[in-house]
Amino acid sequence: MTKQIDHISKKKFIEELERYRKGSITRRHFMNITGLGAATAVLGATMSGPQAFAAGDIGDRVVLATWPNYHDESNFEAFTEATGAHVQVNVFGSNEEMLAKLQAGGSGWDVYVPTNYTITTYVDEGLIEPLDTAKLPNYDASAFDARYAEAGSVGGKLYAVPKNWGSTGMAINTAHNGGKAISSWKEFFDISRDSFSGRSMVHDYQLTTIGSALNYYGYSFNSVDESELADAEKLLIDVKPHLFAITSDYQPSMRNGDAWLTICWSGDGKQLNTDIPEIHYVLGSEGGEIWSDYYAIPKSAPHKEAAYALINFLLDPNVNAKEVLAHGYPTADSNTYKLLPDSIKNDPILFPAKELLSPLEFGAAVTMTDPNRAELMARFKSA
Amino acid sequence: MTQQARNWLLLAPAGTLFLVMLIIPLTVVLIFSFGERAPSGGVVPAFTFEQYANLPARWTAFKNTMTLAPVGTLSALIIAYPLAYFLAVKVDSKWKTILLVMVIVPFWTSILIRSYAWIFLLGGRGIPMVLDWIGIEGVRLINTPFAVLMGIIYGYLPLMVFPIFVSLDRLDKQLLEASSDLGAKPWRTFLQVTLPLSIPGIATGCMLVFILLMGEYLIPALLGGGKVFFVGNALVDLFLQSRNWAYGSAVAVALIVVMLITITFYMRLIGRLGTSRDDVSIM
Repeated sequence: MTKQIDHISKKKFIEELERYRKGSITRRHFMNITGLGAATAVLGATMSGPQAFAAGDIGDRVVLATWPNYHDESNFEAFTEATGAHVQVNVFGSNEEMLAKLQAGGSGWDVYVPTNYTITTYVDEGLIEPLDTAKLPNYDASAFDARYAEAGSVGGKLYAVPKNWGSTGMAINTAHNGGKAISSWKEFFDISRDSFSGRSMVHDYQLTTIGSALNYYGYSFNSVDESELADAEKLLIDVKPHLFAITSDYQPSMRNGDAWLTICWSGDGKQLNTDIPEIHYVLGSEGGEIWSDYYAIPKSAPHKEAAYALINFLLDPNVNAKEVLAHGYPTADSNTYKLLPDSIKNDPILFPAKELLSPLEFGAAVTMTDPNRAELMARFKSA
Repeated sequence: MTQQARNWLLLAPAGTLFLVMLIIPLTVVLIFSFGERAPSGGVVPAFTFEQYANLPARWTAFKNTMTLAPVGTLSALIIAYPLAYFLAVKVDSKWKTILLVMVIVPFWTSILIRSYAWIFLLGGRGIPMVLDWIGIEGVRLINTPFAVLMGIIYGYLPLMVFPIFVSLDRLDKQLLEASSDLGAKPWRTFLQVTLPLSIPGIATGCMLVFILLMGEYLIPALLGGGKVFFVGNALVDLFLQSRNWAYGSAVAVALIVVMLITITFYMRLIGRLGTSRDDVSIM
């Protein structure tokens, strides 16, 4: 890694970043050409002030529980360089799985990434630590769009700070559909049983899989109505023999061509579309999910100081902007937004038109604890 | 120290381990299985048979396990026996060690990593592409019961090979000569001498593989695409997704009961083989 600082244009930087992500250049080359290697060293030097990181005191490790394809690895490396704490990443497929691990105890996590609708449950269960904003100097509450930040506070207390938001739609490989995308959950489940038989995937996650099936009938994504859930179950069990897989880690099979259609989070949609332009990300016209993910600290976190340091580091707009470029989800932080290149600000996958977003719903807390939805998902999987 | 005190002392480590790692957890599972699901997950103590009454809801998982476990065991046996026979009887002794090590080598890598390798091999860019290339089109392997069976056979084969190898390796080769001297053809020698004498190895191998298969969840999850569902997967889901510990415990107890019954029958069968031929016993 060179110590010489080369200033390159924003456009060039993005081009190089894309080349790096596609694997056509090595990480070393990327770090050199962009000057990031030097930049991270500078970043580390300027940021390890006593209030940001109690230098040397945070220990050698911080454990992060998060989602697939959700971070820029080089940010973690920069964090380690600045603080000495190594970031250990655990990846999960559903909020239920995260809750189950925390309920069982001994998760060992320091930071985790819950979705908006789950936070009240964590508070009720006494599993989540109220945040001390004095330890998060980079958290500028006024910079965040309240729509994607309000779920972090429960009963006037701050428990979680926004990471990014996104939507849940579908990704379709249009090469197998005469070059055409689809635009509704009705089409999603209908072609899955027809021309896309054996090629489509749903999440291993009750909220989105049951939610999409509910959308098919025009019901609310969040319904816990028994007769509506019965309809959704009938549809899912009817579709099951035609599915390629039930999984929340759907990128590999979309990339290698085994699967052509999947329920998809917008950032994954962006990542897939960037590398394989035939894969389009679309929102269901009947509705779907809009969500916001947060950084939070479990009550049981073994390295709390390191947890604060990591969250604070990731909230730094410069770091966060790199995160956005890597994961392709929109940020609710106006300070970070300002740093993004125009191509990202105008990207229809990250920032869809208002009328496409309006039918979407935020997940409801009740879906997480409703025993009927949990059991429906289990019956669908074991059918 | 008396003899008795010394015996207890020697048993203490294993005994403590069994108590802490087996008896106590099993008791907890049994108690949970009569409880009820807490509103946001977990368990509230109760005394109800509701969870057991609900067991038929996981019938498919039990059916899949009770089909693929015996089929997997038998397939592993059919593939492992000739290999073990070759290693024990046919191979020159100077090659034997090297070949045996090669059977163990896969164990140096985690089954998780090896299953990921199978995801690639069975996926569209793997074996199906080669088949496509030679004119067999449209073959789908990954995320099917066949893929799960392949993974199972691959993962458990060494566990079957070794016990059979040991029993064949120990076999007194003079018996084979005697059989041939008395005029038996090679096939008859195999069926009447070699095979019966290797039954202990077969019995051990089958039991090892079968018991482990009954609790398998990783291979079906990875190679079955979440669609091929074993009891093990049902348990993972009940504890890690729907957080229904009470029902999960009841399913676990049911699995243990099914396993105990199967193994009791199996031991009886082996025992009967043993009484008809007093030179054969299990393990």
